[in-house]
Amino acid sequence: MGKLNLNTPSAQVREARLGSITGYQGTAGDLVGCARRGELREGERSFSQYLGCSTANAACTVILIQDAAVVSHGPLGCSACFHEFAFTYRVNGHHRGVAQPTQRRIFSTNLTERDTIFGGNEKLALTLREAHRRSGARALFIVTTCASAIVGDDVEGVAAEAEAELGIPVVPIFCEGFRSRIWTSGFDAGYHAIARRLIQPAAEKDPTLVNVVNFWGQDIFTPLFARLGLRPNYLTPYATVQELQESSRAVATVQVCATLGSYLGAALEQRFGVPEIRAAAPYGIAQTERWWRELGALTGKAAEVERLIEEERARWLPRIEALRAQLTGRTAYVTAGASHGHALIAVLRELGLRVEGAAVFHHDPVHDNGAVEGDALQAVVQDYGDVPRYNVCNKQEFELANILNRVRPDILLARHGGMTLWGAKFGIPSLLVGDEHLGMGHQGLVNYGERILDAIENDEFVKNLARHAINPYTKWWMEQDPFHFLTARADVRAH
Amino acid sequence: MSGLIEQGRYTCAIGAMQSVVAIPRAVPILHSGPGCGSMVTGFFERATGYAGGSTAPCTNSGETEVVFGGEARLARVIEGAGRVIDADLEVVLTGCTAGIVGDDVGQVVGRFQAQGRPIVHVDTAGFRSSNYVSHSTVVNAILDQYVAPRTTGPRVVRPELVNVFASVPFQDPFWKGNLRELKRLLSGLGLTVNVLFGPDSGGVAEWRTVPQARFNVLVSPWYGLPIVEHLQEVYGQPFLQFPYLPIGGNETTAFLRQVATFAELPPGPVEAFIAREEATFYEELQSLATFLLEFRYGLPAYYHAIHDASYVVGLARFLLHECGIVPREQFVVDGTPAELQDGVRAALAATSPKRTIPVTFDPDAGLAQETLRPIRHPGRGLLIGSGWDKLLAREKDLDFLSAALPSPYRLVMTTGYLGYQGGLRLIEDVYNGVLATYA
Repeated sequence: MGKLNLNTPSAQVREARLGSITGYQGTAGDLVGCARRGELREGERSFSQYLGCSTANAACTVILIQDAAVVSHGPLGCSACFHEFAFTYRVNGHHRGVAQPTQRRIFSTNLTERDTIFGGNEKLALTLREAHRRSGARALFIVTTCASAIVGDDVEGVAAEAEAELGIPVVPIFCEGFRSRIWTSGFDAGYHAIARRLIQPAAEKDPTLVNVVNFWGQDIFTPLFARLGLRPNYLTPYATVQELQESSRAVATVQVCATLGSYLGAALEQRFGVPEIRAAAPYGIAQTERWWRELGALTGKAAEVERLIEEERARWLPRIEALRAQLTGRTAYVTAGASHGHALIAVLRELGLRVEGAAVFHHDPVHDNGAVEGDALQAVVQDYGDVPRYNVCNKQEFELANILNRVRPDILLARHGGMTLWGAKFGIPSLLVGDEHLGMGHQGLVNYGERILDAIENDEFVKNLARHAINPYTKWWMEQDPFHFLTARADVRAH
Repeated sequence: MSGLIEQGRYTCAIGAMQSVVAIPRAVPILHSGPGCGSMVTGFFERATGYAGGSTAPCTNSGETEVVFGGEARLARVIEGAGRVIDADLEVVLTGCTAGIVGDDVGQVVGRFQAQGRPIVHVDTAGFRSSNYVSHSTVVNAILDQYVAPRTTGPRVVRPELVNVFASVPFQDPFWKGNLRELKRLLSGLGLTVNVLFGPDSGGVAEWRTVPQARFNVLVSPWYGLPIVEHLQEVYGQPFLQFPYLPIGGNETTAFLRQVATFAELPPGPVEAFIAREEATFYEELQSLATFLLEFRYGLPAYYHAIHDASYVVGLARFLLHECGIVPREQFVVDGTPAELQDGVRAALAATSPKRTIPVTFDPDAGLAQETLRPIRHPGRGLLIGSGWDKLLAREKDLDFLSAALPSPYRLVMTTGYLGYQGGLRLIEDVYNGVLATYA
């Protein structure tokens, strides 16, 4: 890592930029040690199941912008799952003061065989024009796909021409799926484009404004920040194009999940002078307090932060203690994306549960700001001790099924669609909390503790499902070492 | 049909992965970029089946495979899939990456076929076609590469056996229920019915009996036609095409009589079965008629549908004649090929000699919404469409029935709208939606 290059059309993928990996087995402590010594090695699976797609993650950064429209430049299927973001936008709007969420405007250039031969530039130009006419959007975003990239369409050129013609920002995002096996590279691509083409240098700073790079969770930051005389500027879902353009006015940027916001935080700092908090996101008491103190130092609110921490402790520690008494000794397993996986481990350990292992989708040795203190896994290991059976595994269900069958924890915590099914098939209470804000701060531990107790207590459904579960995996596979197909790559790259 | 599409209502060719998922104990193996599987499962939602969803193997083609070819990687993944997943049939579906790069998938899969593996390959590069089209490509690949090699000796014809092809699995949210009703109805005529997909099929064992059927029935305006044409060519099986979804009393009876005539079934038992079914259906309708005629607080007088051609025609015939809801502007958004649109127009025009039902064909459903937005008719109206249309219905103050994909606002498990029973269920859904707006 180092300085981001915001002058090129596309962002480097994570493998190349950060040295991130998708295959590892060992302990969390050893993984962190490898990362610090520059010895992280990618593992390769000779058998694999499908991953996520960068184009979907890129779309995720722009579809929920209030007044933007999105054009997928590819075959129709490359935008097939985007309707899920339209649903999210509608159902979560009330959390963000968007009382009347409008229809998301999602277009596909619908590339066909002919376009793969003659090129899709003209079709893209027509689609941009029509998307502008229909939607009246304040900005158009283009997400690229495997087909448009391999064919070699001039997306950058077409976007520039459309921008001149239409008089609104037309922002290309280069996020074709085959470039990266780490689908969160799509977040980076989206933020790269936003930072490169949309955000404007600030004429003046707003000393109360703090950027919060996030998905679409509940607005927990407005009341908390108000106690410091600050207010959150949520990026990018539910923001307007103008709010994004003016995000350079903020005095700091914080992350709810550095896996999501790493690139935007670093870009805002490097190009627009908005400092980014180095501390990993506030999950678990120790990390929460570190995070608040750094925010206080950065915004000149150190005294207010000490008061807030004291108040939060007084309010929540007794209930956290009570939850610990009920949860201590219980066992858990975690499967989630990188930073949020680390966050879940912190929450579980703070509540007294024993984390028996984790299958986390990838590992970034550091994020784009290069700060070692931003390594949430390192913080977890230092605060709570090592985690055994720490597996970097990009959503390979066959490995998860095999591991859960052996580990049989009291609860499975998951943070990705489809992953709870295998907990339930083994009768393991399984919890997926969609709102990543739920576990943050002191209160987050109470929120999570209650949800975990609830899931463990109300296990009749999973027990019944387990009795009738269908298992497509062979007996042979369930008896193998879960990492049977995982080998270190021959072309080892040390970082 | 190669223009832009806003608000996709179907997906690309690799979406036919769901046709594999619909076959009991079959597994799709994707030879594609890393994201195609999640795009497909994200579009269909709640459609994992036996080994779809996160279970589906994939080569996750990256830069290496795009530059140097992905054949070696594909062979390793197929090798692993055979050991890890317990399946009766494996279908390798290729995506855009392999399609553009030009991997020789047939050669790789052929090596496994030669070892006796029940494995099939099919080119479903997304730019080639839609999933409505590639459903037929997948079925024909299974017939040619799995069924045909296992059909040896002179062809045995079982006179009572019929293969039925209807909905595209999962693309039609009611496919399971519709196939169940089709099987029940045709069994009622004394036939033995292969439905091939879903819980009412017999899995690969049933697929192997496809060549033994005396004839085929296709319930579809256009998709699926290449399947029955192919079977006619290969096995000489004639086919009957019923070009829209038969819903309710009139249309189901018409459908059954056509099949009976085509198959030269003795009319006595056929008419007896129809009479029993109609009696059940119309008993319900007559109990309901008072409500339909007298409910004083407002019921839909007209409706618009944004759906595939089979539903647009089937719904019009049913809702007009059996519920009294008048079809107004209709929008076919399934990508019906231009040369087959006249057939759909004719079927719709024949709904009633008293009226012309305006219909447009364009998969650009965003444009359909734009057309529909300013249209006004007197009385209470209903919009039948996908989750995309819920907001438009609210905006226009129309009742709304979610009956097409994508379907974020409605769960469908085994509900069907086809047949006598499907018609009654559709009535329940339409009017329950209306009644839910009161109080």
